[in-house]
Amino acid sequence: MELTSDGMSTDKRQISSQIRGFFAQTPLLGWLLGALAAVALEYFIGTPFARMLGLRKAPMLFGFVIMLKKPALIHGAILYFVLIYLLPIGVIARLSATSMNRLAAKLLDYPLMVSGLIHLGLLYAILHWWSDMSLYRAEVLRYTLIAVLLTLSLNLINGYMGEFSCSHPGFMALGAYASSVFTLGLFADDRFFGAALLPHWLGPFFFPIALIFGGCVAAVGALAVAIPSFRTRGDYLAIISLAFMFIVKSLIENLELVGGPRGLGDQPGWANLPVVFATVVLGIWIINNFVRSTLGKALNAVRDNEMAADAMTVNTRQTKITAFLFAAFWAGVAGGLFAHVLRYVNPGTFGIQKLAEVLAMVYFGGLNSVYGSIVGACSISLLGEMLRPLELWKWIIIPLLLILVMIFRPTGLISFKEFDVKKLIQPRKKLN
Amino acid sequence: MPLLQIDKMTHYFGGLRAVYNYGLEINPGQIRGLIGPNGAGKTTIFNLITGIYQPTEGTISLEGNKLNGCSPHEIASMGIGRTFQNMLLWRHMTVLEHVKMARYSRLTYGLIGAFFGTAKRHKEEAESEEKAYYLLKMMGVDQFADQIVINLAYGAQRRVEMARALAMEPKVLFLDEPTAGMNPEELVQMMDIIRKIHGELGLAIFLIEHRMKVVMELCQRIQTLVFGEVIAEGTPEEIQSNPSVIDAYLGKEMVE
Repeated sequence: MELTSDGMSTDKRQISSQIRGFFAQTPLLGWLLGALAAVALEYFIGTPFARMLGLRKAPMLFGFVIMLKKPALIHGAILYFVLIYLLPIGVIARLSATSMNRLAAKLLDYPLMVSGLIHLGLLYAILHWWSDMSLYRAEVLRYTLIAVLLTLSLNLINGYMGEFSCSHPGFMALGAYASSVFTLGLFADDRFFGAALLPHWLGPFFFPIALIFGGCVAAVGALAVAIPSFRTRGDYLAIISLAFMFIVKSLIENLELVGGPRGLGDQPGWANLPVVFATVVLGIWIINNFVRSTLGKALNAVRDNEMAADAMTVNTRQTKITAFLFAAFWAGVAGGLFAHVLRYVNPGTFGIQKLAEVLAMVYFGGLNSVYGSIVGACSISLLGEMLRPLELWKWIIIPLLLILVMIFRPTGLISFKEFDVKKLIQPRKKLN
Repeated sequence: MPLLQIDKMTHYFGGLRAVYNYGLEINPGQIRGLIGPNGAGKTTIFNLITGIYQPTEGTISLEGNKLNGCSPHEIASMGIGRTFQNMLLWRHMTVLEHVKMARYSRLTYGLIGAFFGTAKRHKEEAESEEKAYYLLKMMGVDQFADQIVINLAYGAQRRVEMARALAMEPKVLFLDEPTAGMNPEELVQMMDIIRKIHGELGLAIFLIEHRMKVVMELCQRIQTLVFGEVIAEGTPEEIQSNPSVIDAYLGKEMVE
């Protein structure tokens, strides 16, 4: 068999290009419509259909768990996946392509915001329906969204700025604890902070402030790392930030006020899906705005050649510190969300394991790319859930995958790609 | 008053005297050249003036403002643009992004604009894009605007670097061996470009060069640097016939 440069055989390549050609004219709107239909289908007939196929209930994560747990049911799980997800999405996306293209073109006459919000609304509807099937899905989905925000914020440093920072779990811990203290102290009767200071019903309105407060605390922590380590380039930041992570962890462990190693629990559960979704989307939007401006591109200039950046009027030191604080802020916000989804935090969560996880997401997905961070965070966190039945083998398979990606795509799956909303939602033209 | 004035500049790397008692005056619109054998300290002088190194002694001033102690980006924003001998381009960035980046210090929209995409940001980014296209057209590389810079041919990369230096609207342009590694054809094109930017933008230019043809044809006054000291200064004709310059380049004739 003849092999091409990326290891695919020529006939496989032909098939994939045929599939791509078949769907080339489908705009994002069409895909979203297809996914919405699939999710609706599952919502209404998923469980009876699964029973018909011999499954106990509808597979929660695309049938992976069932396949790994009970190999006898593999055919049922695959059939379910194909008939409930693959087929409806493909057929509806393809059939609606023409009308959706027309709609997408019409939407572009209005400000970009309108079209963008419609797409986001559809996406939210899909996620909402999908996660409504079970509490487990809702949990996984929220953790995945939080992982996206965390990954993107780390990508700012490790990808866009090209430094190697290890302190993100520390920033996340600062954000998680700060926002927890904020909400517990103000709105809950807590054994550490006494009776609630404000009525409980006001809480959800103050939740954004709690998140921002968490982010700001994380940013202040980041300043402690940034000032000594940005005088020079190289490995200093990696070492100092690693030290910072451990300092934060042992600091919290020894701080009886927030529960020490036992952790802090009973946070109000305000981080429901709409809140998490909105915060993560807002975070992606702001970070993407930043990295596409000349101020943000200055990070790339600093990474690729700092001396040239300096000679071209870029204030490199200020650029680096700003970006570092900015990244830490979003890590803190992600931490705040995390604490209010899990409704319990302990210092052990924010250790080396978390660091490995988020670094894996960044490097798996792709450096210097918003798409990459989304793909990396989603695939690693979903894989982690899907491969759960394998127990110990999970920790062999995921790193192995990471190694393979590093061999064939050293900068990650989708690296150095600009996230252009307009390009993403525009109607697709016919090829040729 | 001269545009750029340097008085008695001396620099030591540890115990090594790299530059000694260097003086220079550049008037508006002048093209000055600096020649000298390898290791004479030419690039060190550039790095001293642009703030990458701080001189051990001596003063540097641009339009009467002292540059000593300023950081490289401050000096750059005050009006000294430069190119590098080995072209320090940003390997993951497109040509257009390169040129826009040099307008960094002219952007006033700040972090709020960067985060939220305000109208002011769009206006300023559009302005700097327009300016960037103008310069890229002038250099004849506007057709590559959206390409990643390392995919370009060598000569085109040199032009991008030149456009980038011009985008910061400098008062003096420092060119560090702009024709290094070029074939004769590219050399002639590069000389035309230097003449063009001198003519159209009326810039003062300070040029380091190895190729005599370039220096002799372009520069109004030339300095010759040997072991960090200026041994001769004058018009191209004077330099060409100066015996100590010939000695420095070719060595002394031994008389038995």
